[in-house]
Amino acid sequence: MKKRSNYIRNYIRLILIVIVLVWTLFPFYCMLVTSLKMNKELYDLSANPFLIKNFTLDHFKYLFQDTSFSIWYRNSLVVSFCSSLISVIISFLAGYSLSRLRFRGSSLWGLIIFVAYLVPPTILFIPLAQIVSFLKVSNSLFALILTYPTFIVPFCTWMMMSYFSTIPFELEESALIDGASRIQILIKIILPLSLPAVITVTLFSFTLSWGELIYALIFISSSIIKTLPVGIRSELIRGDVFYWGPLMAAALLASVPVILVYSFLTKYYISGLTKGSVKG
Amino acid sequence: MKIFRDNEEKTGYVLIAPAVLLIVLLIGYPLGYSVFLSFTNSIVGKIGTFAGFANFANLLKSPVFLRVLINSVIFTIGSIIPKVVIGTSIALLIKSSLGRWSRFLKGAIMLPWVVPTSLSALAWWWMFNPLFSVLNWVIKKIFLSSKGIPWLSDTVWAMFSVILVDVWRGVPFFAISILAGLVSIDEEIYEAADTDGANGMQKFFRITLPLLKPVMAVVLLFSTVMTISEFNIIYLITGGGPRYSTHLLATFAFQEGLSTGNLSRGVAISLFVFPILFIASYFQIRIVRKDVRK
Repeated sequence: MKKRSNYIRNYIRLILIVIVLVWTLFPFYCMLVTSLKMNKELYDLSANPFLIKNFTLDHFKYLFQDTSFSIWYRNSLVVSFCSSLISVIISFLAGYSLSRLRFRGSSLWGLIIFVAYLVPPTILFIPLAQIVSFLKVSNSLFALILTYPTFIVPFCTWMMMSYFSTIPFELEESALIDGASRIQILIKIILPLSLPAVITVTLFSFTLSWGELIYALIFISSSIIKTLPVGIRSELIRGDVFYWGPLMAAALLASVPVILVYSFLTKYYISGLTKGSVKG
Repeated sequence: MKIFRDNEEKTGYVLIAPAVLLIVLLIGYPLGYSVFLSFTNSIVGKIGTFAGFANFANLLKSPVFLRVLINSVIFTIGSIIPKVVIGTSIALLIKSSLGRWSRFLKGAIMLPWVVPTSLSALAWWWMFNPLFSVLNWVIKKIFLSSKGIPWLSDTVWAMFSVILVDVWRGVPFFAISILAGLVSIDEEIYEAADTDGANGMQKFFRITLPLLKPVMAVVLLFSTVMTISEFNIIYLITGGGPRYSTHLLATFAFQEGLSTGNLSRGVAISLFVFPILFIASYFQIRIVRKDVRK
């Protein structure tokens, strides 16, 4: 009796898991199928949208030959790399300072950083646009490298803080007594110990910058300076003419680095996500 | 010893300085500047003169803006409730199907959260296409009807569609965070409940849910902040239409402030995020506190 109900329960569980997976992966499957189909079949109402009869790589070819896709790709890489590097360094130092060093105002700044994390980037874009044009950096990748840390640093500092508080004090104390400087301690002791957190934070910074749309949309106007999300949205749709094949191919190729990095570092990603919210 | 302390204080300031500089100059100052602009009549390229509360008053008198406010509330509540319910269910499902599969499952389930909405929303946009919608193809096959659903052309369905995408995207965050909360609950509590003869439902409502409250509070707060200020999904899929039915504060501020060029009106719209955010977080904190005290 017990065995049989267990069997049924496993069966139901399996069905539920399949439903969840279909729901989760369906849009990605659509992207893939659409990007590999010939136009004739793509816009044929009688064709089954889930299958591919005439396989083609034309849409991908079109992206690289007739659009600035590869340039957008490079721009996205440059912006994401630079803004992540800057943000991670700033967050590492600030996180250490706030969780380890006693100084006047440290708890206040901890609070301010948390509040800054709650300020959504979508309400800063108008004043930031003014600042960017005042600094004469609009329409350059520098405008993005400068502004992306605003939504990365508060979150990453918060995560670094919670990680630093799990590292025992004794290691630093003995190093201090041995006459090591703070800089030495930071690089030789704290950095290696907090490597998992640094990896997590880097992963988050990169993903957030990679997919950022609104600042890139506002600060950049020339086609060859656009990042992937803006380039795909604004240049693959011309008036009422949609290039659905290339559009899906582009979205797919743009998702690849994020998915790749993530699948290798799933553990770090999930630990960061849950640390940020559970222990926050 | 005093020298040591002074040194620590100095190092502390030096290390936090870059972060402070960034927050003051690129978050604090812009916010203050927003508030300043909202009390003037500025347009793109020209800072206006003091206008008092005129911008806010005009907004509250505008039917379109009231529509946007209502949209924001519908969108936020309409997507957070399913996120909590589905997220909790998936967390329980993953927890119960331990073993080899759970790692793969966790990885696959996270994808909508990992892939930026600025890319995945494009796939949804295609799936909602009036002529070639895959979803309608399936619906027509299953229900043998000739008409599909007007995903983006009908005002109510358009709101449903963008909520659907936001739920799809946000569920993983809830599921994984709640799963972490579930795993941290001590098994002994359940064993004690078993010996007392509690059934599954009782265990869930009397033990699991109350113990998940702290996790839930933080997840809800973050999710509310993100949902209420959503831009990408709306901008990419509906552009706020049809007839303003899916415009949210961020997209409307973008349209009025930058596309139309009325800076002051734009920042005034975006500042409306704050009162809604305060009210939402106040209620969330209150609900959580009350239940914890019980």
